[in-house]
Amino acid sequence: MPLKRSFSNALAAWLMASPLAIVLALFLVLPIAMIVVVSFWGATEFSIYPAFKLDNYEFLLRSSVTYSVFLKTFMFTVISWALCLAIGFTVAYFLAFHIRTQTWQIVLFLVCTVPFLTSNIIRMISWVPFLGRNGIANQTLMSMGIIDEPLEWLLFSDFAVVLAFVHLYTLFMVVPIFNTMMRIDKSLLEAARDAGATGYQTLTNVILPLTKPGIMIGSIFVVTLVMGDFITVRFMSGSQSANVGRLISNDVALLRYPSAAATSVVLLITVLIVIGIMLRFVNIRKEL
Amino acid sequence: MTDKSAAELIAVTKSYGQAIAVDGVSLRIPGNSYTCLLGPSGCGKSSTLRMIAGHESVSKGDILLGDKNITDLPPAGRGTAMMFQNYALFPHLSVADNVAFSLKMKGVEKQARLSEAMKLLELVDMAGFASRLPTQLSGGQQQRVALARALITNPSILLLDEPLSALDPFLRLRMRSELKRLQRELGISFIHVTHSQDEALSLADQIIVMNKGRIEQVGSAQDVFNKPQTQFVAQFMGGHNVMSDGHSHLAIRSDKIKVVRTKPEGGTGIQAVVREIEYLGTTFSVALNSAGNAASPHPISVTIPDTLFSQEPLEIGQTVFLDWRPDDAHRLAS
Repeated sequence: MPLKRSFSNALAAWLMASPLAIVLALFLVLPIAMIVVVSFWGATEFSIYPAFKLDNYEFLLRSSVTYSVFLKTFMFTVISWALCLAIGFTVAYFLAFHIRTQTWQIVLFLVCTVPFLTSNIIRMISWVPFLGRNGIANQTLMSMGIIDEPLEWLLFSDFAVVLAFVHLYTLFMVVPIFNTMMRIDKSLLEAARDAGATGYQTLTNVILPLTKPGIMIGSIFVVTLVMGDFITVRFMSGSQSANVGRLISNDVALLRYPSAAATSVVLLITVLIVIGIMLRFVNIRKEL
Repeated sequence: MTDKSAAELIAVTKSYGQAIAVDGVSLRIPGNSYTCLLGPSGCGKSSTLRMIAGHESVSKGDILLGDKNITDLPPAGRGTAMMFQNYALFPHLSVADNVAFSLKMKGVEKQARLSEAMKLLELVDMAGFASRLPTQLSGGQQQRVALARALITNPSILLLDEPLSALDPFLRLRMRSELKRLQRELGISFIHVTHSQDEALSLADQIIVMNKGRIEQVGSAQDVFNKPQTQFVAQFMGGHNVMSDGHSHLAIRSDKIKVVRTKPEGGTGIQAVVREIEYLGTTFSVALNSAGNAASPHPISVTIPDTLFSQEPLEIGQTVFLDWRPDDAHRLAS
């Protein structure tokens, strides 16, 4: 009897786990496995053929372009991450600790999400008339007498790329940080004040340490999104800047799938290492 | 010279827009004393405490501590320290770091502040837990840490917001005597907010009963219990029956009422029917309905020592007479 019972229990457990396992296997594990396999294939100008060669990786790792593009990707990531964190933390802090009623917190939080009602592309395009040579920004600055001639670096530049990243992804920082901040017991802030902490000391000694898990989750969102992006960089830099995503998309456009797959594998490993390092700092399991 | 731990509230009012939480409260806290602010929830006792602590602004009036007017000072500049209801320990800091927090804010160097924290932890008997996190402690242990954290600032007055309400009954009794002991040993004033009469009676040198933002009565525990001045105090303190003699209300302690079988001479006695009998260990509690006259709208409660009760047991439904000495009937302000 006990044996039969435990067998049916085990079966039930397997059955309950299987739907998610199947979905993950089909749509996550299998594609990644295929990319890994294809990354070892060979390619000619007009065809690709199954093989097991290290040519793709060898070419990738020997090319100086790879390193400069990876460096550029890291640069975009670090700058965008820092700006998203600074803005996201400030917005979340304001919402969580300066807005007194929950109704207004929810209203203002929803206002933050309004830009997400349109697609990424449209939000990027909408910067063009603003930042262009004769755009609103340049015209305003000129009419105010701050500049004499239009700024050239506003659009189709690294500045524009970072601006778009920050615009697109700050909310991914706001949400988890706001969520952790809302869980901080308000009496902790009073206790800090009672112990003589200034506003700044409360921020660094109480709020910041307790918000770490949220900061880490937001950081993972932003870092993975920025490192995997290709369309924003192409669009906002006017094809003058490149990141790893564009390297892959170019290979795909030229039907060099094995090379694209190899680059993808290297990018995937890089992102996983970055996240691994970030997780060393904070235990986010507390949060989940 | 004024005692450093004596405090005075002068016509202190707290209003939120139209709503008045504390209405012109004036009171004196003697130095080196244990004061309980007692009242039902929403009576303004917590707001009063929070105003003394500086976590709530005072709408009108003044608060003095020692010979200083502290009405507009920040919490840490007042010489008060607060122990919060849910203890409000910092979950990311160890017990020792929690206790040393205020010293860290002052910029005291690490070694010095940790050794100071250890002294306070020894005072509350928690030295062995210095490196634990608050979540690894029981409720009673967390409370001791919170106490140590409040006391490390060397306050003249310790403010305690319902400190015992989160503990189980057994622990509550133990912490109660420990709070009283600490207050005596430290020689500072404690102001303790509670809604429990037992707690206030057992701890307080001075009880302040509050209701609807006003003070109902101030006095020693015995005064407040034996000589309630208002109907509210008599009913809130418990152990009293409030009756009407036609002109005004009387409060009579339930253990001062005698149950007799025959109508007593003199005529103070009223007729009543036994409704319920409860055995409480050393006593029996008998609930009666006064028959006919409307002397008491509520059931009358009488407490009888168990030996006395066993000699002449009562039965439910039995008609009896209630008698008391005129001295025990206490006239209430209307």
